[in-house]
Amino acid sequence: MTDQIAKPAASTKGPSIPRKGLTWRFIFGRQEIGLLAIFLLWCAFLSLATDTFLTSTNIFNMLRAFSWIAIAAFGECLVILTAGIDLSVGSNMALSGLAAALLLTAGMPVWVALVGGLLTGSIVGAVNGALATRFRLPPFIATLGTLSIARGITFGATQGWPVRKLPKAFNFIGQHDVPVGSWGVPFPVIVVLILAVLVSLFLSRTVRGRHIYAVGGDEEASRLSGINPNWIKMLVYTSCGLMAAIGGILMTARLGVAAPTAATGYELDIIAACVIGGVSLFGGEGTILGVLIGAAFMQTIRTGLNLLGIQAYWQPAAIGAVIILAVMFDQWRKGGGWRDLKIFSR
Amino acid sequence: MEEAPPIIEMRNIKKSFGAVQALRGVDLALRHNEVLGLVGDNAAGKSTLMKVLSGAYIPDEGDILLEGDAVYISKPEDSRRLGIEMVYQDFALTNNLDVAANVFLGREAVRWRLGPVRVMDRRLMEVEARKVIDNLGIDIDSVQLKVQNLSGGQRQAVAIGRATAFNAKVIIMDEPTAALSVAAIQEVLDLVNELKAQGCSIIMISHRLEDIYQVGDRVIVLRHGRKVADCPIAGDIHEFREQIVAYMIGARDDFAEPVVG
Repeated sequence: MTDQIAKPAASTKGPSIPRKGLTWRFIFGRQEIGLLAIFLLWCAFLSLATDTFLTSTNIFNMLRAFSWIAIAAFGECLVILTAGIDLSVGSNMALSGLAAALLLTAGMPVWVALVGGLLTGSIVGAVNGALATRFRLPPFIATLGTLSIARGITFGATQGWPVRKLPKAFNFIGQHDVPVGSWGVPFPVIVVLILAVLVSLFLSRTVRGRHIYAVGGDEEASRLSGINPNWIKMLVYTSCGLMAAIGGILMTARLGVAAPTAATGYELDIIAACVIGGVSLFGGEGTILGVLIGAAFMQTIRTGLNLLGIQAYWQPAAIGAVIILAVMFDQWRKGGGWRDLKIFSR
Repeated sequence: MEEAPPIIEMRNIKKSFGAVQALRGVDLALRHNEVLGLVGDNAAGKSTLMKVLSGAYIPDEGDILLEGDAVYISKPEDSRRLGIEMVYQDFALTNNLDVAANVFLGREAVRWRLGPVRVMDRRLMEVEARKVIDNLGIDIDSVQLKVQNLSGGQRQAVAIGRATAFNAKVIIMDEPTAALSVAAIQEVLDLVNELKAQGCSIIMISHRLEDIYQVGDRVIVLRHGRKVADCPIAGDIHEFREQIVAYMIGARDDFAEPVVG
């Protein structure tokens, strides 16, 4: 297809395109920077206010818990970029982890369990995609349904009992620390980093990645440009299911048990990680780097509130306030001033 | 003298939306290197007819012939592959992407591919987009600007640039001058002449009859989903306008389809 390009004769003045690179504008013109600054301030505050925050035990515990949310949030980010939403990610994490666990207790080798778990998550994602495209359901409704269906299956398949006694070889992937220098980096964290790089490159460098942004920006214009929006949606919902499965399997392996109640309510944390990270719910805007910071932020808020001695009962309120503040900050950054928030205007 | 088949021929095109018959059997022929004006009152079916040609709508009935050969256009990709480009009235740009991305949207330059994964050549696309923009004499500082930051005229220019960037044989323009300032209108009309000089055949929908008169060779008038006039553009502009308006509003309805033989 590339050979069709360039009918125009060479222009007289040579086109000068500044290379995108690590320039100051590149660094400071981005939404992730403000978020990162606030995140680092919050971390600095916690490390001064508590004795325990800046210990390697705490940091690695946080990283482990953050990794499931982050991975699922990468998938969620793809969906939200197309102006969709997937509410079923939490249930899907539980279901995929459970599928792997049930295969293991049935005596299957670990690799079969992993493939089975990933396949389960992808199928749930593909069902979401089909409901949103072929059956033209609003994604909110479609995935609200599959949220409940997937959760119901986890209860039904286990009769409400957690699946225990998973083999060591399986739990290894969630509990093993990979030695990096004198540190032991949890394996799930390495998975997060690899996926972050891969998904980020996919979004910014590949044709499909660009089409995801295009569909989120203007679905009809994308269609008229020869993009098949339904195809793109199937891709993002299925990928989201796959990512949820990766997160769910790592979670199950870490905990060593697949509980039917696992990951309940995680969809809100996952969507919040995206939104805090600057992913617009209207579609077409956001990056994986932002989501990564957003997920880290969510985790340090949870842990930080614990370490500060704030009752767990009060934490949802604090997290809700942070989500609202983060989105307000983002609006302010885009609008260029508080006036645009329309709080004070008539 | 044996005449070459028209580059585009649409025969007996019908299209309904629910109970509304938007097109009731329209014929249209576009000759090689011709600028064809397509006019009509609101809801006459102009845009619908052109969206059928561009693959945005699938007709209920009728045939489309490209240089005498029947073609089947079921999606925008199909028409683009045949060298038919449409500039939509609302531009059909994605505002969250930059100029270069929009020029190449759906036809990204690929640097290398690994199975289904196609990695874009972003730099090549930026350089080529810059050339397209410069060639059309469009004033846009950087092809890395997001479309949402451009003015209406600049957006129109990007939309036209995108249509011309890929060796189009036929370019359809839906109200290309509707949203523009007077100076920008003349630029678009000059552009139409330039494209014609380069060998393109052009269909231009417009409410502005003086634009059609200035650049057009022939004009087709639609009314209530039917073709009511098809004549070369000649003579005095006032006569032309009077005649066309009469057909548009139905004051005159004496057009007989010439028998194609």
